[in-house]
Amino acid sequence: MSAMTARSPVRLFLQRLFRRKLVLVAVIILLVIVLLAILAPWISPYSPTGMRVSQRLRPPSLTNWFGTDEFGRDVLTRIIYGGRASLGIGVAVVMCTMLAGTVLGLIAGYFRALDAVIMRLVDAMMSLPDILLAIFLVAVLGASAGNVVLALSIVYTPRVTRVVRSSTLVVRELPFVEAARALGVSTWRIMTMHILLNVASPILVQATFIFAYAVLAEAGLSFLGAGVPPDIPTWGTMIAAGQQYADRAVWLVLFPGLAIVFAALSLQLLGDGLRDMLDPKLRKAL
Amino acid sequence: MMETSVQERPLLDIRGLEVTFRTEGGDVVPVRGVDLRVEAGKTTALVGESGSGKSVTSLAIMGLLPRPYGRVSKGVAEFRRRSGAVVDLASAGQGVVRALRGNEIAMIFQEPMTSLNPVMTVGEQIAEQVRLHMALAPQAAMRHAVEMLSLVEIPDAARRAGDYPHQMSGGMRQRVMIALAMSCNPRLLIADEPTTALDVTIQAQILDLIERLRKEHSMGVLFITHNLAVVAEIADTVTVMYAGEVVEKANVRDIFHNSRHPYTAALVDCLPERARRDSNGRRIVAAIPGSVTSAAEATGCRFAPRCQRAVEACEAGSPELLVAGTGHEVRCFRWSEA
Amino acid sequence: MPLLELRGVTKYFGTAPKLVHAVEDVSFTVERGEVVGLVGESGSGKSTLGRLALRLLDLTSGSVRLNGESIEHLGQRALRPLRRNAQMVFQDPYASLNPRLRVASIIGEALDAHGLAQGKARQARIAELLELVGLQADHADRYPHEFSGGQRQRIGIARALAVEPQLIIADEPVSALDVSVQAQILNLLQDLRYRLGVAMLFISHDLDVIELICDRIVVLYLGRVMEIGTAEQICRNPQHPYTQALLAASPKPDPDRPRTRRLLQGDIPSPLSPPSGCVFRTRCPLATAECAGAVPPMRDLEGGHAVACIHDSRSIDWGGMLQNRKNDRVPPC
Repeated sequence: MSAMTARSPVRLFLQRLFRRKLVLVAVIILLVIVLLAILAPWISPYSPTGMRVSQRLRPPSLTNWFGTDEFGRDVLTRIIYGGRASLGIGVAVVMCTMLAGTVLGLIAGYFRALDAVIMRLVDAMMSLPDILLAIFLVAVLGASAGNVVLALSIVYTPRVTRVVRSSTLVVRELPFVEAARALGVSTWRIMTMHILLNVASPILVQATFIFAYAVLAEAGLSFLGAGVPPDIPTWGTMIAAGQQYADRAVWLVLFPGLAIVFAALSLQLLGDGLRDMLDPKLRKAL
Repeated sequence: MMETSVQERPLLDIRGLEVTFRTEGGDVVPVRGVDLRVEAGKTTALVGESGSGKSVTSLAIMGLLPRPYGRVSKGVAEFRRRSGAVVDLASAGQGVVRALRGNEIAMIFQEPMTSLNPVMTVGEQIAEQVRLHMALAPQAAMRHAVEMLSLVEIPDAARRAGDYPHQMSGGMRQRVMIALAMSCNPRLLIADEPTTALDVTIQAQILDLIERLRKEHSMGVLFITHNLAVVAEIADTVTVMYAGEVVEKANVRDIFHNSRHPYTAALVDCLPERARRDSNGRRIVAAIPGSVTSAAEATGCRFAPRCQRAVEACEAGSPELLVAGTGHEVRCFRWSEA
Repeated sequence: MPLLELRGVTKYFGTAPKLVHAVEDVSFTVERGEVVGLVGESGSGKSTLGRLALRLLDLTSGSVRLNGESIEHLGQRALRPLRRNAQMVFQDPYASLNPRLRVASIIGEALDAHGLAQGKARQARIAELLELVGLQADHADRYPHEFSGGQRQRIGIARALAVEPQLIIADEPVSALDVSVQAQILNLLQDLRYRLGVAMLFISHDLDVIELICDRIVVLYLGRVMEIGTAEQICRNPQHPYTQALLAASPKPDPDRPRTRRLLQGDIPSPLSPPSGCVFRTRCPLATAECAGAVPPMRDLEGGHAVACIHDSRSIDWGGMLQNRKNDRVPPC
């Protein structure tokens, strides 16, 4: 107990999080992927759109580490650039779902009168398969990166809403919330300073999971042709375009596929690590 | 005071017990230098506030320290078996201690709900325990279970045996726990804060029940509590712990009337019943300033930082348990001045 | 005009058949500067009553007057300005402070809610409050987890005092604390009472603590008042069999007291289906057929002492447990 005096909260947080080595590996992989995506224009060996017909469907070599595609474009370059779109869509979905889900969850959890309405809607949406609902929404809205974000946000908001609501139900009954009410503190401040601050941890955990889901779902949608238009390189559109050459040029689907797996897996591992660290019951057991 | 013949050896004799926990920040010694005795047919109270190490001590005796982090690192805890053989609970293997538990040694806890199985009726749970240790047929075991429930004064025992734990009140559940503990006729009952969660009128019933069973079965009782008033009601001898050490051992009258350790004296004076009026007519309780020092930080006497009578020597070295009278031991350099 | 006046306060939770009779027809007052104790076991409704008095819960029926103003019908918004007058201190020193806020925000929030101090004045007031409850001004920058249970309870008291309330409702404020720390907090509460003249409704299951700190005592059982009187009347001359039983059952730190207890038989009935008539009759040594018929009215004895019992309880033999109590006390001044 007394050991936690001198160390800074950030260091303590990271120390706890990285007690499991796998989480550290996941975070390193994630950082590499994110850095590559951000620095794409400066570190990519080729241009993502530069076609060289003479170099079509070359297998991986020293000049083209991940090979080339049907137009002679460098696969590695396209994966690095594809990460920008894939991760960008993931980040956008996470931000939208966090915002909408937190607001809805707080309202449902705090105002009992609105609880039934919001939660029945959430239950109804969660009873539909994620990917079908997303395909339907994109079909209605039209295929564009923005609409993919919108569709996936609608699909994943109910998950966040549920988590936030159940945490809110617990926190709102705690004595410090009652104390704030007895002091005459405004409802807005109770919901933000007292409840939101104390449900932030489960929201953070959900954010990492939804990031992973969103990266996977974007790939799935693009692969099915119900996502981002094929001219924008994302990991999903690359697999979609490469599949017809998969028998001759397996690297066209293998490397984007691996990118998806690494990104999604490391996000899930990070989410697991955060959850284990923030769950006081599990923490004691460690 | 001496009503029974002097026994050769006590039922439970703990000497120099030390427990070590392995943690992130290195080894921690939450409990050290614990000397404790329970005589057959007598009640020894183990008293302490939070952080005193009384719970860790009881877990150590029962072989229930969380593995693999906690272990008894020093000392002995000798238990005299029905056969007359003496077992050291601190060094005996898990198997030996487990065989004694629920047989010659029984335990009850503060919250009976966590120790009872929610999906079995209380009768079934007692019968199961009985069959395990006494090799009775199912029907005979159930009859024995109902007898046990009547022994702990549960009204209409035959019917209540069919109840599930959640259908009972806290007081009734504690009675069931006691019935479970008594079902194998133990020689030693370890009661860890058994009445802390109960209302006073129910607490009085449970204390009376434990007293009655102790007398009828001449069972030794180790009663662990933070409540000094309860100690006065139930104990023959008292062991007081502070910050992981035993600070005083004496019979119950000496603890209240003739305590030699400043902590014991201060603890007794803290009770609302001992309030005194100050010059303004306010009723003031003699509080102990500050709070418990953690076991790891102390160099000298662990109570020194809060002690009114502390001198330099108290900060420098830690005192041993010193004999202050018949059956009276105290861990204080200045006990004779008390 | 009393500071707080409860009249016929009743609170049920849930709906039939799972209707919990938490508080039933409770009436009493708290005068300015007075400390009134609410004592009772589990199911007595004492904590619910504290929350009803602050309107943190809505009443089923009855009235609550604060400074003569009826507050049982007010909405939460209308109540907000009145919250300055009455504050609460909670049992659990760990759960009653927001773990994510610094002490300065926890106490400052009370000041902000009523616009009591800004900027430098706010900072100074927080420091003043911390010192008032025996902490240091520089504790303001710390988080709750850096404090011990007793220190946290002091922070909770400072928060309640920030709005300069006339009344503090203290719900078991010392029962989660160690004895040695409990004594510190009891002394602090008494000190504040004399220095600030704040009235208190002190809720506890522990009659000894209640007797120490309270001027008057209300004894509750299963949501109903059994007996009301001064601390002296209740603890030295209890008239209700339940009050007597409570006194006899509460353990005393006196190893010479006789150890054979005359006990109340049986369990506290469930508040889901309280007994008809007198709620205590199922455990009462004096119970007669008459007790099941009607709820016994409060019978006034001398000096404000009132008891809800139709019998003469002097006939009960408590095996010396009550006499003993009288003798070992400090004489009242």
